[in-house]
Amino acid sequence: MDLSQCFNNYFAMHFKYEIQGGDFTNAGQASSQVKQVLKQLNVDPKLIKRVVVCLYEAEVNVVAHAWSGVIDVEVNTERIQIVLADKGPGIPDISLAMQKGFSTASPQVREMGFGAGMGLPNIESNADEFRINSKVNEGTTVEIMVYLSQA
Amino acid sequence: MTVSELVKKAELTVFAGSNGLNNEIVGGYTSDLLSDVMGNADAGCVWITLQSHKNVMAIASLKELAAVIIVNSGSPEADMSEQAEKEGIPVLGTTLGAFEISGILYNSLNA
Repeated sequence: MDLSQCFNNYFAMHFKYEIQGGDFTNAGQASSQVKQVLKQLNVDPKLIKRVVVCLYEAEVNVVAHAWSGVIDVEVNTERIQIVLADKGPGIPDISLAMQKGFSTASPQVREMGFGAGMGLPNIESNADEFRINSKVNEGTTVEIMVYLSQA
Repeated sequence: MTVSELVKKAELTVFAGSNGLNNEIVGGYTSDLLSDVMGNADAGCVWITLQSHKNVMAIASLKELAAVIIVNSGSPEADMSEQAEKEGIPVLGTTLGAFEISGILYNSLNA
């Protein structure tokens, strides 16, 4: 089926992915699948690049910090909305977490080249809208919006 | 310049992903921090790094990089090589350090 035709006929497409905390082997798979879908929908490559940076960073944050998480992606004719909701330790101080270079990643995660404190800033600079809410010992929800009309 | 031309010029080892040796190189990015590459490397870049695990290929694929060079005689972990084959992104190796191989790539692209 030609997905671009499907896209014209339906208002929205919806995808859901589950992530397991600590599962670095599969980190990036949701990002890769979303990228393929957006390509098939003929979304502007510049926007796809921005979405991929946001989604990968957010996905890795769940893998590196949380116990489990769910990614919801909704694409309609106006925007791409991604919501990542995790169950995990949460973030006590979001403004601190947003600072470039700040990270609470474990030494093992840092050795792999993650945990440089660049993930959330990368999301912020690539998303049109970015919201983060967290409750300590419950989890974190990250909402990312990229508008299709702002190519 | 293609990846295979760089392999010859810099005497690189081809560990995996030889189906991507015709990839065109437009630039390079040298870093061991994955988010740095995610945020700053461009499509068609060669990524020079000492990281040698599977997540490198996830980023190389998402960013549509031309190839990865592992420095200082490092070699890829088995699942990194498998992923390189699937993605068609060559994983290369050099005995040189990041500074030297970056210089060779830079000069080759700007010759």
